[in-house]
Amino acid sequence: MKQGKIIKVSGPLIVASGLDSANLHDVVYVGNAKLVGEIIELRGDNASIQVYEETSGVKVGDPVINTNAPLCMELAPGIMSGIFDGIGRPLADIRQLVGDRITTGLAVDKLNRKTKWEFKATKQVGDTVTAGDILGTVQETAVVEHRILVPYGIQGKITKIASGNYTIIDTIAEIDGKPIQMLQKWPVRQARPIHHKLATSVPLITGQRTIDTLFPIAKGGVAAIPGPFGSGKTVCQHQIAKWSDAQVVVYIGCGERGNEMTDVLNEFPELLDVKTGEPLMKRTILIANTSDMPVAAREASIYTGITIAEYFRDMGYDVAIMADSTSRWAEALREMSGRLEELPGEEGYPAYLSSRIAEFYERAGRVQVLGSTGQLGSITAIGAVSPPGGDLSEPVSQATLRIVKVFWGLSAALAYRRHFPAIDWLTSYSLYVDQLEDWYRDNLSPDYLTYRQGAMKVLQLSANLEEIVRLVGEDSLSDADRLILDTANLLKEDYLMQDAMSEIDTYAAPKKQFLMLEAMMTYYNLADTAIRKGVAYEKVILPTVREEFAQFRYLPNDQADKITELTNRIKYELGGKLV
Amino acid sequence: MNKYYKTIQSAVGPLLVVTDTQGVTYNEFVEIKADDGTVRYGKVLEVLDDKAVVQMFTAGQGLGIHDNAVKFTGHGLEVAVSPNILGRVFDGLGRPKDGAAPLIATKKLDINGAPINPTARDYPQDFIQTGISTIDGLNTLVRGQKLPIFSMSGMPHAELAAQIARQATVPNSDTKFAIVFAAIGITYDEAAYFMNSFADTGALSRSVMFINLANDPALERIATPRVALTVAEYLAFELNYHVLVITTDMTNYAEALREVSAARKEIPGRRGYPGYLYTDLASLYERAGCIKGCQGSITQIPILTMPEDDKTHPIPDLTGYITEGQIVISRELYKKGITPPIDILPSLSRLKDKGIGAGKTRDDHKGVLNQLFACYAKGKDSKELAQILGESALSETDQLYCKFATEFENQFINQGFDTNRTIAETLDLGWKLLRLLPKVELTRISKPILDKYYNDDTNDD
Repeated sequence: MKQGKIIKVSGPLIVASGLDSANLHDVVYVGNAKLVGEIIELRGDNASIQVYEETSGVKVGDPVINTNAPLCMELAPGIMSGIFDGIGRPLADIRQLVGDRITTGLAVDKLNRKTKWEFKATKQVGDTVTAGDILGTVQETAVVEHRILVPYGIQGKITKIASGNYTIIDTIAEIDGKPIQMLQKWPVRQARPIHHKLATSVPLITGQRTIDTLFPIAKGGVAAIPGPFGSGKTVCQHQIAKWSDAQVVVYIGCGERGNEMTDVLNEFPELLDVKTGEPLMKRTILIANTSDMPVAAREASIYTGITIAEYFRDMGYDVAIMADSTSRWAEALREMSGRLEELPGEEGYPAYLSSRIAEFYERAGRVQVLGSTGQLGSITAIGAVSPPGGDLSEPVSQATLRIVKVFWGLSAALAYRRHFPAIDWLTSYSLYVDQLEDWYRDNLSPDYLTYRQGAMKVLQLSANLEEIVRLVGEDSLSDADRLILDTANLLKEDYLMQDAMSEIDTYAAPKKQFLMLEAMMTYYNLADTAIRKGVAYEKVILPTVREEFAQFRYLPNDQADKITELTNRIKYELGGKLV
Repeated sequence: MNKYYKTIQSAVGPLLVVTDTQGVTYNEFVEIKADDGTVRYGKVLEVLDDKAVVQMFTAGQGLGIHDNAVKFTGHGLEVAVSPNILGRVFDGLGRPKDGAAPLIATKKLDINGAPINPTARDYPQDFIQTGISTIDGLNTLVRGQKLPIFSMSGMPHAELAAQIARQATVPNSDTKFAIVFAAIGITYDEAAYFMNSFADTGALSRSVMFINLANDPALERIATPRVALTVAEYLAFELNYHVLVITTDMTNYAEALREVSAARKEIPGRRGYPGYLYTDLASLYERAGCIKGCQGSITQIPILTMPEDDKTHPIPDLTGYITEGQIVISRELYKKGITPPIDILPSLSRLKDKGIGAGKTRDDHKGVLNQLFACYAKGKDSKELAQILGESALSETDQLYCKFATEFENQFINQGFDTNRTIAETLDLGWKLLRLLPKVELTRISKPILDKYYNDDTNDD
């Protein structure tokens, strides 16, 4: 290990000299307290280091030790259900070590090296394996089977393997005599290799009606949730983390509130996954760099998170990763760039902002993973964006929108009305609908997309009509237009609006969503036909229907079939008026 | 170690460059002593070889670079604390200002604090009753929350903050309650208003005040909220008080930050504020909260005035992104004579959901809250429509909504600065107003609750 000396301290940026064999992105220990830092620039003999911890008390002349290794995340059993800081250190262990507040210079293992895990070998001595092949499994939690993969760069014949109880640093197998342990390390800034990428074709079901019905996201897709403060970005992210049908969820709290992480930590062990019936925490990993934690680690937190996601994808899982908020990450980039005195691009952000954002989102996708079995896996990435003043013309939003295929635009106007989720149906979009067409047809109903299209049209038309009403009053509308306004209100209040705090309404199964939509659109279609045949508006308005629609949200998913009763009654009553 | 350097190379604005230094640490507290004995304070912003850049907390007027000596203290800026701190008044750096004897410190604490481990936090979920309907009923404050007041110049935010400080209670709890008040660059009148208001209600004896007035050194303002929060942490987590921290005005704080940033020739972010304004504000606001195993808590109510009444200005904008909601003051309501003039539509308390409901407030709270919001929003739309088309052109329902909006403002919002309403009174008033509308319009309330309360007008006055 080569030792250098500090010559400059400026907040989280430190310059050291004498580290001549250093490489970019090498991890270093700074000062007598051994703060963790990373080399981000080399100029002659001088290395600029971003320090992931508070640098108060560091002085010129203090030593800097180079580890000659890049920033790595440790990957092995013990990672699931954990909460880690931006550079992957376990926060629960840190609390045990130093108490309620995070101090600096902590020497703590990222993953526990003492816990023994029951490893079940699925390969035998004599099998030929290649990188990415599954050597065996560890039932890490009730729902996640941790598959132990042959590390990247290793292939050959298994010379030794045995099931049993091991720590993550014990040797579980030998490949051509080379010892293999469960613990793997991967440099976070480098994407883990895959076989090849695939097109997306299956939706990530989130149980949120606005998302699943109007603006669906595919497994392996990328989405952005931009919105001003108070519009519900975090609640949206939490809802997806809770109810989406991903097998593993990685949640990155990046520069956001500490209480939000606490909320997840309190709630997820209590809430049960709709698919498995087990606590959500058993499939969730949290990365927390709250806004009072050091800013440099914020930059790393995104990479730490996506590396973990890739690791589980490589086991063949559908992983969802949420980053809340990518704007804070971009601001961390800007802060370091400013301290490095780089020439700024737009609004002081570095010129490489958009390529960094693109790089992150490109690590998502549906892929065939390495290994000889042709296993598929996916990472769905959902990033919150916090544009200043809610103005999307700013660089982070723009760079994100160029990459993502789903845009859930949150609107302050909807939030003021307490219409949540405040996803603006007029500006949001999803480019996955076409790719998911077959799935909807085969798994829900051939009519699903027709109803969806109909609902979208009603919402769009009603927006135009509202303008007219605002100018000349409702009396001037034709009966058909009044029906559109009515239906739009029905859709908004009793379909799109969804109560995240209600035990039942928080998750709507795809079937319930379809039946609700069917009931509402059947009502609209029949009423519309009736009006066009000359039936008066007052006669097509069924008196109790509105109240019944309003109670659907509180109908448990397993009783969703009851909705059909109303649909049939609507058909009967309105159909009668048509004769 | 603590030697005096007489090697000030330059003094530019609030920054000093001291040369030939040795062993100077980043963020260290600095004393600058003039020949005539005056002492200024500062902190180290950057060290480069044998040079140290020092940011002064006091104006540089009268400072000569040859006749001043600089002492690096070897530690960050600290504040002295002791259980006797309650009832005392200090300046913006924590030096006594009330003429009484200096505090006999039981310990000294670094004002920068350390981040709370997210696993150590306890989720805030205990209702604080402020006695103000628009807050308790619609934007409920909970213990450990940070809920700023977004105000504008000329608005009565001081009265509102004083009302909260005076009326705030935690139902069914006997834990000790304290107020830490930090005045950041406000006028003497405003500071005096708070002091008198606290004195009148006897709150002074359970308060600690840090006063940096408009004519005090602007740069001291960077330290003031940190000093106040450090004392709050001491009271909350060591002495088990429930502490309410009121800081006013955060706009002055951000401006002081901009002054230093400009002097350092940093690349500015929006409107000249430094790119790290978010991080810096977060390091203050995030110090609110509850910690597992600690009885005390810190609730923050920072007050800021929005320049040009603009909510998208960086200061309110970034604050809103960090805090758990906001209370927004409305000039329009104030001009109509409605007090406290809280505009409920853009106001929000993110933590309300876990602090309300059966066992905390009342089972109908959530439904009433959602319904009042929806109806008021719709009522305001209807009123707008009525302005264009004339009231007679509105449908019957729209006319009812107009009436609802007017009555809501006159009865629910307009309670005055002296009325203290219990949460039950607030909710009953909500129902009284909702009864102006037909039952079928109240779609945000679940059926059992609606059936239970809609026809029961026994509590109407």
